[in-house]
Amino acid sequence: MDFTPIIDGFGIVLQPTNLLYCLVGVVIGMLIGVLPGLGPAATIAILLPITYGIEPVSAIIMLAGIFYGAQYGGTITSVLLRLPGEASSVVTVFDGFAMAKQGRAGAALGIAAIGSFIGGTVSIIGLSVLAPVVAGYALDFGPPEYAALGLLGVLLVSTVGNGGKLKAIIAAAIGLLIATVGRDSFTGAERFTFGNLNLADGIDFVPIAMGLFGLGEILYNLEENHKKVHAPAKVTKVWPSRQDLSDSKGAIARGSGIGFGLGVLPGGGAVLSSLVAYAVEKRRAKQPERFGRGAIEGVAAPETANNAAATSSFIPLLTLGIPANATMALMFGALLIQGVQPGPQLVDTHPDIFWGVINSMYIGNILLLIMSIPMVGVFVRILKVRPAILAPITALITMLGVYTVNNSVFDIYLVIVFGVIGYLMKKFGFDPGPMVLAFVLGTLIESSARQSLLIFGGDPTGFLTRPISGTILAAIVAVAIFPLVRRAIRAKRGEPAGAPAPTEASPAPVPDRETTEAK
Amino acid sequence: MTILVGYLDTPEGRAALDAGIAEARLREQPLVVVNSPRRGAPVDDAMLGPEQVSEIVDRASDLGVRVEVRQPLHGDSLADTLESVAREVDASLVVIGLRHRSPVGKLILGSTAQRILLDASVPVLAVKASG
Repeated sequence: MDFTPIIDGFGIVLQPTNLLYCLVGVVIGMLIGVLPGLGPAATIAILLPITYGIEPVSAIIMLAGIFYGAQYGGTITSVLLRLPGEASSVVTVFDGFAMAKQGRAGAALGIAAIGSFIGGTVSIIGLSVLAPVVAGYALDFGPPEYAALGLLGVLLVSTVGNGGKLKAIIAAAIGLLIATVGRDSFTGAERFTFGNLNLADGIDFVPIAMGLFGLGEILYNLEENHKKVHAPAKVTKVWPSRQDLSDSKGAIARGSGIGFGLGVLPGGGAVLSSLVAYAVEKRRAKQPERFGRGAIEGVAAPETANNAAATSSFIPLLTLGIPANATMALMFGALLIQGVQPGPQLVDTHPDIFWGVINSMYIGNILLLIMSIPMVGVFVRILKVRPAILAPITALITMLGVYTVNNSVFDIYLVIVFGVIGYLMKKFGFDPGPMVLAFVLGTLIESSARQSLLIFGGDPTGFLTRPISGTILAAIVAVAIFPLVRRAIRAKRGEPAGAPAPTEASPAPVPDRETTEAK
Repeated sequence: MTILVGYLDTPEGRAALDAGIAEARLREQPLVVVNSPRRGAPVDDAMLGPEQVSEIVDRASDLGVRVEVRQPLHGDSLADTLESVAREVDASLVVIGLRHRSPVGKLILGSTAQRILLDASVPVLAVKASG
């Protein structure tokens, strides 16, 4: 293995500008992680236009910092206020808040920060080792493989992701439909443009992302009135004791593994891995009844896992050019904006971006560890800002931002339309994630599928006879059929169909909070 | 009939609480302590934690005063919220802390105190922090 590009990557990260963007990214990430409502996907969407003006490496370093920084920040409110700042910190609430009530808030936050750091770092090392290998294999991929892989990505995101499967599939289907709007790249025929010239080039990714994630979330959060006001929490003694550390050692190790593994899967990511890590710890524990009453493992495992997953979900993006979750879809968009095509060739054509981003995560995690332990109080202050003040400012930034991209007023209208769609989707329980992801992958699937058909001379069996695409298509069939088979088996055993699936990680006590806050 | 105290965890607020407790003993009326944070933000400095609330309850109970702590949220006008609580509990007297024009807290901030003084339908006792 040639280490020169890795070392060069560190050289890029250590440039003062990039260090600064890394710091800015992780600070923004921490802040929005603390804020319930505004998630990393929304923030990255809102900040997409800013990335036009800066170097590709710096832009991606900053956006990545927002993503993994948010995983740190989400913990703080979960522990102190029983208010998960991020969906991936929802399970931390159970034991984190219980610990805070016992006066061990500091220990909980400390172990979460340490766990996050270890999980993140393990994952980055895995990323550094695995990514070039995967990218090497992926160089053999041709259009048929990409078409199959894209389809698998859409399917997995719709079925594995949180929320109802049917709704996710509907959202994904609409996303695919939107991807077809505009001029056909092969024949030049106009599709779904309704004679509108603005639509002739297709719908840009930026207005969709900013509308669905940015404006949609702002609108949705305005409606969410915090009926409960909390007293400002005081945190003392942030360092966990030696006993705490040895108690959570195993949890952190397992959390890192689970997070890394699930982060790579499409549709997995931080939320799922935190749930699974918590469930695994609970099942392994000698006294499972301790969980929910301030078990430190119940904080350490999910927090480690969500950071590890946030990091490892970069693998499919950087090596295959397939985003594994909604936030990665936004990163994909950000790279495209910069004129960089993510995919297996990235490591060769843009080693600066590839290694710069990966290595910036080492630095970013160290920054976060330094910030999150002593500066918890500073970040909690952002919670004193009322949504009535925050929302108009973010909405204005969104609108200004989208205008600056193309100097197009039409884009502003698009953002508003998609913002309303995003708001309605959230209101009716649809996750906008699969829609954006399907939109991003839709273009890829369509162009690769049609290229393949040209290669095969119009014979669709070609997809099945090529070994890699055939395997991926078999996986698609397996994923599609698996739920049916499981239901059939359960029906045979005579269990009620509505019983909770044993594989699903459902933490026992549901906290009495508004579930939508987590989004 | 009750005595209503507008309370914040500041020297003025504590002075108001002391005056309120003294008044409640004198008149042999129960005490209602209102601690009203602003609606909207998830966290507000004005909000008392559960320990502080139980501290107030303990202190008043030790002096033989029945006490109830209410924490209604207020929107734009704290004076309106206080007034509506005063009506609801049939207050005979409202006690507030007063400070010489300095932004200490919303409850005792100049204009709010003035609004309470002007709008209240019952007598208002305004006390200053001792020392």
